[in-house]
Amino acid sequence: MTIVFALFLLSLLVITALAIVQTRNLFVAVMLLSIFSLLMAANFFVLDAADVALTEAAVGAGVTTVIFLSALTLISGTEKKAPQAGRGVALIVVTITTLLIIYATFDKPRLGDPEAPVHQHVAPFYIENTYELMGFPNVVTAVLASFRGYDTLGEVFVVFAAAIGVLFILDARTGTGPAYGMPEARGLKHHLIPKAVGGLLVPFVLLFGLYVQFHGEYGPGGGFQAGAIVATAIILYAILEGEKAALRAVPRSVLMALVVGGALLYGLVGVVCMLMGGDFLDYSVLLPDPVVGRQVGIIIIEAGVGMAVCGSLLSIFHAFASRRPSRIDHESV
Amino acid sequence: MNLYEFLGYYNYWVFAVLLMIGFYAVIAKTNLIKKLIGLSIFQSAVFLMYISMDKVEGGTAPILKPEMTDLIYSNPLPQVLILTAIVVGVATLALGLAIVVRINERYGSIEEHDLLDAD
Repeated sequence: MTIVFALFLLSLLVITALAIVQTRNLFVAVMLLSIFSLLMAANFFVLDAADVALTEAAVGAGVTTVIFLSALTLISGTEKKAPQAGRGVALIVVTITTLLIIYATFDKPRLGDPEAPVHQHVAPFYIENTYELMGFPNVVTAVLASFRGYDTLGEVFVVFAAAIGVLFILDARTGTGPAYGMPEARGLKHHLIPKAVGGLLVPFVLLFGLYVQFHGEYGPGGGFQAGAIVATAIILYAILEGEKAALRAVPRSVLMALVVGGALLYGLVGVVCMLMGGDFLDYSVLLPDPVVGRQVGIIIIEAGVGMAVCGSLLSIFHAFASRRPSRIDHESV
Repeated sequence: MNLYEFLGYYNYWVFAVLLMIGFYAVIAKTNLIKKLIGLSIFQSAVFLMYISMDKVEGGTAPILKPEMTDLIYSNPLPQVLILTAIVVGVATLALGLAIVVRINERYGSIEEHDLLDAD
């Protein structure tokens, strides 16, 4: 039964992707991309990846769509008819490559094969030792925060660097001035249903974000998911009450403190571990009991990840949302 | 090869098709936003391939239940790699969108041939 459901979901993915490429209306394409992400999240869930499904639903279907839409309000929403030259060559290249990749997949182990090489190397070690070394059941969190803590530190700094880059390119502080005077900047306050329903949702989404953050060692969750969920709650507030109200609730200075503080907190835990005689990010030296020490270290660095992700996503959202659409005349270029 | 085994490759076929749909949007479409959307699809296809590899037959999500000793768990490693990649993906996508917004402000268009004509 599950396999029929999985085949159905995968086929829907292909149909949605074709529709995204086909449509000329970019707003339609972005909304279809949101549906594509939700389908992808459902697929991840069928494939036993609960943590990844949670992330894809919050980030792919939520934050990505909002960032695309706020960028589209600054850009023309329709795609112009392109010259046909080169399209035939592109189609031939794409078709041949698809067939080659499909031919190559027959060398791969089939789906769910327990003898596949990917399941033989370090994965059994993680599954066997997580409970003994960390004392909590979610292996994904254990690998993310402890076994492969270096990787995650790097990823946090990539998110940090990308947020800083967006702020530089869109020049958030000086810019062309925020769009507060425009009617859409007042939010959806004058629409009764979004205000009533959305207003009810915001506190629950925030609460769920905190639950995902602090329960990440025991169920699906952790800093990346929680940061994205909290960011979506505040973006929903900004959509309902206007961007200015959201900036009053969570000012830019707080956002910057979250981005920088989160990344620093992660790095500092590593340095403290070194000062206490262990290796970089070896949390077992933090407390006399190594298992409790690892748990404390993981909780602190997960908090750092959550802060950095939430701050970065919100800074990016505000950088796009506060920019005024430009009406330049083409002659001056 | 029975039917179930044959369908076991369906995930990888969908991966190949999605990958190339995204690639087609990147090389054949001239609108810069459409190219970024194509890159997103391309990226999602890679995520699907990794997560397909984590599945173990009869397995469950890798959240341990020590009191049940006969459980099989799926592979946690691809999940960790993709979980962080999704968040990094949205951050880098935003960087690309920011550059497109600035291009639109400078040139008044995000169509590739308009930009080439203007230069």
